[in-house]
Amino acid sequence: MSDEYEHKLEAKSDYATEASSVSTPDIDAVPDAELPDQELYHSHSWWTTYVFSQDAKYIGIQYALTAVGTGLLGLVLSWLMRIQLAFPGLGWLDPAAYYQFVTMHGMIMVVYLLTALFLGGFGNLLIPLMCGARDMAFPYVNMLSYWAFVVAVLVLLASFFVPGGPTGAGWTLYPPQAITAGTPGYNGGIILMLISLILFVAGFTMGGLNYIITVLQLRARGMTLMRLPLTIWGIFTATVLAMFAFPALLVGCLMMTLDSLLGTSFFMPAMVSLGEKLTHEGGSPILFQHLFWFFGHPEVYIVALPAFGIVSDLLSVHSRKTIFGYRMMVWAIVGIGALSFFVWAHHMYVSGMNPWFGFFFATTTLIIAVPTAIKVYNWILTLWRGNIQLSLPMLFSLGFIVTFLNGGLTGLFLGNVTVDVPLSDTYFVVAHFHMVMGIAPILVIFGAIYHWYPLITGRFMNETLGKIHFWITFIGSYAIYFPMHYQGFVGVPRRYFEIYDSPYIDTSTLLLNKFITIAVLIVGAAQLLFLYNLITSARLGKKAEKNPWKANSLEWQTPQMPPEHGNWGKELPKVYRWPYDFSVPGAKEDYIPQNQPPSEIIGAKVEKT
Amino acid sequence: MIVALSIFLITVGSIAFHFWSPWWWTEVASNWGNMDDTIILTFWITGIVFVAICFFVAYCVWKFSYKKERRAEYKPEDKKLESRLTWATAIGVAALLAPGLVVWNQYVTVPENAYKVEVFAYQWGWKYRLPGDDNILGKTDIKYITDDNPFGLILEDPNGKDDLLVDAQELHLLKDRPVKFELRTIDVLHNFYVPQFRGKMDMVPGIVTFYWLTPTRTGDFEVLCAEYCGSGHYAMRGRVIVDEEQDYKKWEAKQITFEKMLAENQKNDNLQLVKKDK
Repeated sequence: MSDEYEHKLEAKSDYATEASSVSTPDIDAVPDAELPDQELYHSHSWWTTYVFSQDAKYIGIQYALTAVGTGLLGLVLSWLMRIQLAFPGLGWLDPAAYYQFVTMHGMIMVVYLLTALFLGGFGNLLIPLMCGARDMAFPYVNMLSYWAFVVAVLVLLASFFVPGGPTGAGWTLYPPQAITAGTPGYNGGIILMLISLILFVAGFTMGGLNYIITVLQLRARGMTLMRLPLTIWGIFTATVLAMFAFPALLVGCLMMTLDSLLGTSFFMPAMVSLGEKLTHEGGSPILFQHLFWFFGHPEVYIVALPAFGIVSDLLSVHSRKTIFGYRMMVWAIVGIGALSFFVWAHHMYVSGMNPWFGFFFATTTLIIAVPTAIKVYNWILTLWRGNIQLSLPMLFSLGFIVTFLNGGLTGLFLGNVTVDVPLSDTYFVVAHFHMVMGIAPILVIFGAIYHWYPLITGRFMNETLGKIHFWITFIGSYAIYFPMHYQGFVGVPRRYFEIYDSPYIDTSTLLLNKFITIAVLIVGAAQLLFLYNLITSARLGKKAEKNPWKANSLEWQTPQMPPEHGNWGKELPKVYRWPYDFSVPGAKEDYIPQNQPPSEIIGAKVEKT
Repeated sequence: MIVALSIFLITVGSIAFHFWSPWWWTEVASNWGNMDDTIILTFWITGIVFVAICFFVAYCVWKFSYKKERRAEYKPEDKKLESRLTWATAIGVAALLAPGLVVWNQYVTVPENAYKVEVFAYQWGWKYRLPGDDNILGKTDIKYITDDNPFGLILEDPNGKDDLLVDAQELHLLKDRPVKFELRTIDVLHNFYVPQFRGKMDMVPGIVTFYWLTPTRTGDFEVLCAEYCGSGHYAMRGRVIVDEEQDYKKWEAKQITFEKMLAENQKNDNLQLVKKDK
């Protein structure tokens, strides 16, 4: 092991001489580094380079590919469910399989796709690069984080092959039904699900500590917190949330595992299950719901905040304009993050908890709408008098604004306790959360992939295929979820295997179901086009020059593109400004990279940041 | 151009869909029409915001599309505008919240004269218990549940003797009489939901939850379970029939009391014992 550290980069002496050097003009002064340069691990073999990699960029790509692979399974499951809903006559699924697919689809998409992709994927790829670091603070732990995630995914997939199949308890895994007869997978599948989640949380904690410490400790000289790109603010805040939220999920999972395997009664009251009296006594099912949603609501923001951050940067770069109200944006991210721990029980208005809690949680929930609205205003004000390039990242960002706006506003319905009563547990809820935390963040992910693909491969993705992908995905998913809200108004309950002989539901509602299913199949198929583009462009895509989007943030300013191991060559970058100096009056170009010293842009009327 | 036009058309299309699609809520059959009113209010406020922002985006995309020779405006902040928007949002949110909380207060405050009905849920069906002449539901405990005592009534509690047990998937309610549903489950979570009544509350094993309403029109309504409860969830349906007084009395008279049921069970048991002896 010890020889691996002999290769450390010898920049220590460099910064010492430079700090004392008098040749640098005063206006270019940057505070001294407080820590010596990082010691890096250097791989020796194919295995340690590509498989057990300790380079955050590789780990990010590994995380992303694993997450997307798992997400594809989630996509196929949604096809199967929708076919059952639209064409019950086919006898496509039995109720048990339907509920198992609903459960696995939900859990995969929320945890194993979105959380892993945003934090594990984009976090690893972008944090060191955007902060101007060589790697994460603890590369070895970072590698362990990824492999724990792989094991968690394998355990999850294994549950398809145990007797009884995967759990069909719904992604919320509410006890008592999660672990009593009458629910599919109540003895085998649920245990594997709980173990998988426990592994995921353990793995995520290793990664999360890395993200937080790297952002706090390893920023380049001059990179103050208020000069960080909003992408990093989003990922950083989301990681802090995850560190506080995941423990609640962890203990919930542990306690339910004990209830199921050892017969404890944390969540299990005395009950008669299918005619048989169980030995449990005195537990509280609502306690689990509190634990679950204390994790579950911040989880929404764990997915949303990185998306907010990334989309802010995409909008700014591709409209060649300063992000509007940066400081408000940062405080909104932090404020939303903090408030997100005080709203969890809005998922439980009709759960049977003390109904007086409704007043408190409705108020906190509607308060959180204010910082969220500020973010929307600032995005659209960034477009105002911009110079908008309709590149693929911009298209997806515009799609995000419309989708997120729609999903956010329906959140005002459900968050307002009275309005929630008739709508909860109907398709209105399904439509709302798919719009706001399904489609909206996924549009950002697509935009981000089209944006940063040249950074990873040195090539652009195919623009024509990308445009087809955008229009089908954006219009198609709007056509799926917008009408679905109205099924909720009719009162069609969610998690129904079939409902179609109900007297209050007329045939036109069933017709709508068929329409939605066809749209689902088309939108799903369009994602295959995206995958095709993703794979073939690595070889065939148009070559990208350095900093192809003319962006300011540091990830584009590495000596090589794609960046090499250690990112920065011999010398770490120095930062003189924030990443949003676009179209500055008096400047030669319409962008000023963060590491461009003031002495090189004399004459630009740039505000101090 | 196409992008701006698309955003414009999506917005207009959404409005058109809202007003002309055939999918809307069922005609309300309880006093909770004010829940519908809060939804309408929410629609107006959020709808205006949705349209305004989408049109703004469409306009920006059309007006400020990329031109090589043009530069974007350089204006990192505008404190005045930001604070105005924040306050306007706060007011809009308050306008949504206040009426919502008023109605919620009504929802959780049960009128004293409400008639109590126990809704009893199990995997996968419904039973009901009415309080009888004394208007008090007798106490229950899950450990007393047997074939002879399916509701688990405590035999020592005199209030339970005259309780009417409705062991059928059908409940009748009297029009215009406030009713408090005391919600009980013996196994997993369920939720007693009639779309036309609007009200909803989960049933949780170990505790009794509740909500109340006043049926305002006669009719035959479907009961659905609205909290996922296992493989049979989608089939867990029943009926609620709202009657005028005369029909209601007729139905009520047909139900048997707990005392009577115990006596009949006793008789049957004795008969069986006699048969066995023979």
